[in-house]
Amino acid sequence: MKAFSELIVKLGSSTKTNEKLEALSHYFATADDADKVWVIALFSGRRPKRIISSSFLQLWCLEITDLPAWLFEECYHTVGDLAETIALLLPERTGALRNAGLAFIISQLTALEKQDENAKKDFIVRTWLQMNKDDRFVFNKLLTGNFRIGVSQKMIVNALAKTVNLEPNIIAHRISGNWNPFTTSFNELLSDQLSAVDYSKPYPFYLAYALDTEVSDLGREEEWQAEWKWDGIRGQLIKRSNEIFVWSRGEELMTEKFPEYDDLRSLLPEGLVLDGEIIPSIDKKPLPFALLQTRIGRKNITKKNLQDAPIAFFAYDVLEYNGIDYRNQSLCQRRIILEEIVASVNHPVLLISPIVEFSTWQQLAHIRNSSRDMGAEGIMLKRKSSTYQAGRKVGDWWKWKIDPLVIDAVMIYAQKGHGRRSNLYTDYTFAVKDGDKLVTFTKAYSGLTDKEFAEVDAFVKRNSLEKFGPVRTVKPELVFEIAFEGIAASSRHKSGVALRFPRINRWRQDKKPGEINTLDDLKKMLDAYGKT
Amino acid sequence: MQLIEFTESGLYCRQGDFYIDPWQPVNKAIITHAHSDHAKPGSRHYLCHHFTAPLLKLRLGDISIQSLEWNEEITINNVKVSLHPAGHIIGSSQIRISFNDDIWVVSGDYKVEDDGISGAFEPVRCNTFISESTFGLPLYKWKKQEVIYENIRQWITESHQSGKTPVIIAYSLGKAQRVLQCISTITDNIFAHGAIWNTQQALLTAGWKLPAIKRVIPEMPKEVFKNSVIIAPPSADGTPWMKKFSPYSIGVCSGWMQVRGNVRRKNADAGFALSDHADWDGLLSAVKATGADKVFVTHGFQSAFSRYLNENGILSAEVKTAYGGEEEEQEKPSTTTEQENEINTAGE
Ligand SMILES: [Zn+2]
Ligand SMILES: [Zn+2]
Repeated sequence: MKAFSELIVKLGSSTKTNEKLEALSHYFATADDADKVWVIALFSGRRPKRIISSSFLQLWCLEITDLPAWLFEECYHTVGDLAETIALLLPERTGALRNAGLAFIISQLTALEKQDENAKKDFIVRTWLQMNKDDRFVFNKLLTGNFRIGVSQKMIVNALAKTVNLEPNIIAHRISGNWNPFTTSFNELLSDQLSAVDYSKPYPFYLAYALDTEVSDLGREEEWQAEWKWDGIRGQLIKRSNEIFVWSRGEELMTEKFPEYDDLRSLLPEGLVLDGEIIPSIDKKPLPFALLQTRIGRKNITKKNLQDAPIAFFAYDVLEYNGIDYRNQSLCQRRIILEEIVASVNHPVLLISPIVEFSTWQQLAHIRNSSRDMGAEGIMLKRKSSTYQAGRKVGDWWKWKIDPLVIDAVMIYAQKGHGRRSNLYTDYTFAVKDGDKLVTFTKAYSGLTDKEFAEVDAFVKRNSLEKFGPVRTVKPELVFEIAFEGIAASSRHKSGVALRFPRINRWRQDKKPGEINTLDDLKKMLDAYGKT
Repeated sequence: MQLIEFTESGLYCRQGDFYIDPWQPVNKAIITHAHSDHAKPGSRHYLCHHFTAPLLKLRLGDISIQSLEWNEEITINNVKVSLHPAGHIIGSSQIRISFNDDIWVVSGDYKVEDDGISGAFEPVRCNTFISESTFGLPLYKWKKQEVIYENIRQWITESHQSGKTPVIIAYSLGKAQRVLQCISTITDNIFAHGAIWNTQQALLTAGWKLPAIKRVIPEMPKEVFKNSVIIAPPSADGTPWMKKFSPYSIGVCSGWMQVRGNVRRKNADAGFALSDHADWDGLLSAVKATGADKVFVTHGFQSAFSRYLNENGILSAEVKTAYGGEEEEQEKPSTTTEQENEINTAGE
């Protein structure tokens, strides 16, 4: 347990990615195999069953410490975490646990599952009194069942890659697959003997550069194919060995996050790799990226997620077909095959990313201006004769994006978020200036890092002026840049405008509330972009 | 009539016509210790311990000041006054006052563990005790000073081994001197921020023997700091001043580091729960040792501590004061949440 709790402490206090990576690889290089299996399991959301409700833990802690319940509450309120509160309140340990690794502790807990309350109490209390503060914290986290090791899959994979002799993407595939930490040994999970064929393996993505010259410099129009530039997650959809795999551009295996694609398993031909965009979509139309974000951070996708943000795959390229690598074929030829595949599958989850027809650059520039109405961020330009290359290469693929509309505004109301952020003020309402008044014009959610959210939350708690139910009026002091994709007149809004896809672009800590935009600025934007 | 009244200007002894740690300018002020929230400027006469006097002058300038030895009794308008070590920082004292049979003790800030610098806390019998409660919750339980010191020294060694300059964040009066005492056993290559250096000079002038430190000067080249240890006050944390030490590693010394969320919120690489205030058990043992039948509780977790005392047979009430502005007290954090406490790096 000690090695594991030390790892958790390191991960919790490191501020830099490479320090976390170092801590993890050190752990994987030195820890017991059985314990390593459980670290990987906990990371990938495989928790041991909860054997006791946390109110019992609290009760037993009160018994041991002889503290009144209200004082425990007071401490819990200050610490904010039950596992840690108990770890801090218990008296100094009286003995030391002997050779009790993570896997051993978990197996003991599992063995208690069917036993009565007294047996559980006996074991837990005895264990508590033989642990130091950090071990207790980790032990309590296991007991309360809300243990999350929030490091990215990529980091775990990279750390493991230093100790096991496997390609990172094979490791990613293995640990995100279907396995049981109670019955799988570290060797079974990550042995290089078993790696004969890796069916999941994606191709390196071909990445486009942003167009930095005049579009007419690209030469003759008929040599180019134009598509919409989607705002989703770039991904490869793979079907091999009768299994579906979805890889993100960040080379993260995301199959489990998109159960929608399961339907395609029986429909897609064997030996197929498609390149495209993972986008929430209803009726073949893309929905805002923000909706996708509501699903991405989760380990478990709920029914409601599936309903509110159904995912489609907008395919724009085929890299492998019938098990044959097609990347050296021209885009034209690949496109013909792609269109055939999508048409024959004929399922709402697999859509073709349409070609944007144009005959002159001028005309295309005009079409590009309507990107926002398509839910796109601009135009992709691909040379019709281009092969599918690896990585970011200049010359054949370009992205020609439109800029989001932005406005600087001050936050004046805040409300607590949902789910993981239910204790933080993360939903904000923003205002622009109108003379010496402030006029609210939009709410915006996503766009800040966890650290920024924590800072803004602390500000809200310190600077609340009034409370209306769940809403707090906040001292107008923090300035944010709000980005949005469209603007329209609206009589329902006080400001007279309604924004499309508003989001927080960044926190303007360099700006004072006196320097924000005005209602007039918004009206000017409405005149410029609001008429379609 | 209470021997000490709680007035707008501070704790007032009407019989003796003097104040203790007043927050408004008064005629006669008895000062427990030199932290800014307990020693306010503007009073006509100050009375404090010998060790506090130079620190008070450093902060308040040219003031009229009388100083006493610990346990030296004087009489002011028939009220007997004496000072007793509080163990908080250099010179920090509890104030004992008595009139007829009524004995009151004002603790100021205190800690019960002897840190080897501030003088060992002396329990003083009284009828009424006025206690601070900065860390007045049972979750605050300090490790022994030597254990924490060892952790700090180990962290310094590790930082040096990984090519980083350890920067220790410590309050300039109190904590910095303890840190110095801790690290001087393993290094004499110590640099300090100007605020800490100034305090050090005042203490040296007053005759204290302290390990030598070098002042960080803007013109110094980066290389100078290699393999050294830096001591800086919280106000310097995260400012451009720190840049020249990079790559560095930050270790924060404060009682608040007891809770994980606070270490993370400070963006510290390491947190050491080293405090100049009594922990829960320390507060309780101090209260018991006074034998007081009535305890007033000032700045900190006063409502919880006071309620606990009442439930355990010691009559107690909260008192609102203007104290709590000292660095360690001021940093009392807002509540964490379960969510924040996940080992979370979702931003990656
Ligand atoms: Zn103090
Ligand atoms: Zn104080």
